[in-house]
Amino acid sequence: MGCPLGVPNYPAGPVNHFELSQALGKVTDVPDPDALIRASGLTKRFGQFTAVDGIDFELRRGEAFGFLGPNGAGKSSTMRMIGCVSPPTGGELTILGLDPVTQGAAIRARLGVVPQEDTLDVELTVRENLLVYGRYFGLSRQVIAERTARLLEFVQLSERANDHVEPLSGGMKRRLTIARSLINEPEILILDEPTTGLDPQARHVVWDRLFRLKQQGVTLILTTHYMDEAEQLCDRLVVMDGGKIAAEGSPRELIDTYSSREVLELRFSTFEHDQAVEKLTAVPADRIEVLADRVLLYVDDGDAAMAGVRGLALEPLTSLVRRSTLEDVFLRLTGRRLEDG
Amino acid sequence: MTAPVLRADSPQRCDRVAGPGRMAVRAFQSWLVNYRRTWRGTIYSSVLMPVLYLGAMGLGLGTLVNQHGTASLGRVSYLVFLAPGLMAATAMQTAVGESLYPVFSAVKWQQTYQAAAATPLKPGDIFRGHLLFTTMRLTMNMIIFLAIMSVFGAVRSAWVVAAVPVAILTGLAFATPLDAFAVSQKKNDQAFNMIFRFGMIPLFLFSGTFFPVTQLPAWIRPLAYATPLWHGVALCRALSLGTADLAGALGHVAYLAVVAGLGLVAGERSYRRRLHV
Repeated sequence: MGCPLGVPNYPAGPVNHFELSQALGKVTDVPDPDALIRASGLTKRFGQFTAVDGIDFELRRGEAFGFLGPNGAGKSSTMRMIGCVSPPTGGELTILGLDPVTQGAAIRARLGVVPQEDTLDVELTVRENLLVYGRYFGLSRQVIAERTARLLEFVQLSERANDHVEPLSGGMKRRLTIARSLINEPEILILDEPTTGLDPQARHVVWDRLFRLKQQGVTLILTTHYMDEAEQLCDRLVVMDGGKIAAEGSPRELIDTYSSREVLELRFSTFEHDQAVEKLTAVPADRIEVLADRVLLYVDDGDAAMAGVRGLALEPLTSLVRRSTLEDVFLRLTGRRLEDG
Repeated sequence: MTAPVLRADSPQRCDRVAGPGRMAVRAFQSWLVNYRRTWRGTIYSSVLMPVLYLGAMGLGLGTLVNQHGTASLGRVSYLVFLAPGLMAATAMQTAVGESLYPVFSAVKWQQTYQAAAATPLKPGDIFRGHLLFTTMRLTMNMIIFLAIMSVFGAVRSAWVVAAVPVAILTGLAFATPLDAFAVSQKKNDQAFNMIFRFGMIPLFLFSGTFFPVTQLPAWIRPLAYATPLWHGVALCRALSLGTADLAGALGHVAYLAVVAGLGLVAGERSYRRRLHV
């Protein structure tokens, strides 16, 4: 039987093509002929509402690419278009060189999808979930059985193989969903909010597994509204807000471009807050961000700035010097915090 | 370091997208895996319900009816009159049971449809896969029904064997539009109770299953003739009694096929609209 899909090439080892292209000094604006996904002016409207408003991006083989933004930024709509379960309203989208509207099934055959909701069949066992899903891809029972053993070991669920899904913890269900998404040995793994709703410990286990996949050369594309998740997992990311891309780059680049080296976080008592804010303008800082409960000073040297604050005879209840994060980048770009949505 | 979970050589990669028939079979298999856990219970009720109905209505109530004269029943005992009608009505009930809640659960509560839609399966494959499963359940239940009907001595003609596919078609005339409806429900299952109360129960009672439609007031009869169940009941009964004629049979089959076909078109559309938003 002929192979209509062509034979894909997995990278032989944990080659990071993004780093490679960086090392070669490739300019990010030039269209990459090897891009796995290419979107330009991509738009999704639901009636009058524009969920995704003309975004451009490229996904390169072997990289982990993230969409960082609050709830309602258009991340999930974008993921659903990439997953070929939501036809774009406008713009262009090419996935694995194919058109998602006319060749959706052929593309989906080569994708792995971890949706926001686990969508597991909770009445079946762990193993049966993988069997059913593998059959959707036309895999033989033998191949599914062999991969199931490997995948369950990878997500640390081997002992639960014959248990029903219902009583599993949230973290276990998530890991099972990840195992399920790998049953067809996908070329691109799409993760929509992979750790939302998990407790911190379960999140770290999921991150660890995703990091291993990344090291094995799997191309990841993920959405998140957790900046630490984006920093840990993404080689490159876009900050999304209101259906648009606000900025693009590696976590480091974004922080360097849009924030200062350090941040001084101050908390004052409620009645001193407004007064303190006024006085703080005397402290030399790149920027001052006034939140409801805190004041953030974007500075090069946090300790020096703190000395300056003391010099003004201000005594904050708490003070903290920290490095800039993607949260600060988001605040700078949108004027809002990620959790605010 | 554990071995990579993804390998470069993937022997089965090429088979992933197949023709619509094979894709629907893949979707059908997911229902089968689920059914493996529950089939025993369904067999019990598939046997018990006909036995109860044929016993209580056919034999019990039947003795009263028979004393009153069977002219309007076509000069057969009430049991013989009732059984083929009940067969078609059972097909309707099976179809409703397999369509509304299982489909709504798959698209709303468990979202297993959304999981399937992320694979090479198209919405239409998922729809037809479920119809294959419904057809299997209808076939099982109709064969069981025929066997019980025979044990009760409620069969007059060997043509009754042909009533099995007719009853299955009757069931599909309900399953296809109800699948289309169930998958389009966004919020909750409230509409299903209305379908049961104002759809299924009146149909069950007034489509000629328990008494000839000619007993209804003349003005309401056209309503009964318009329902798929009446056509199923009429043809199953004619086959069981050995009174079927070709033209009438073709008319009933054509009517049922058109309704099932319209449901097929509607389902294709509503599955796509729900799963490919």
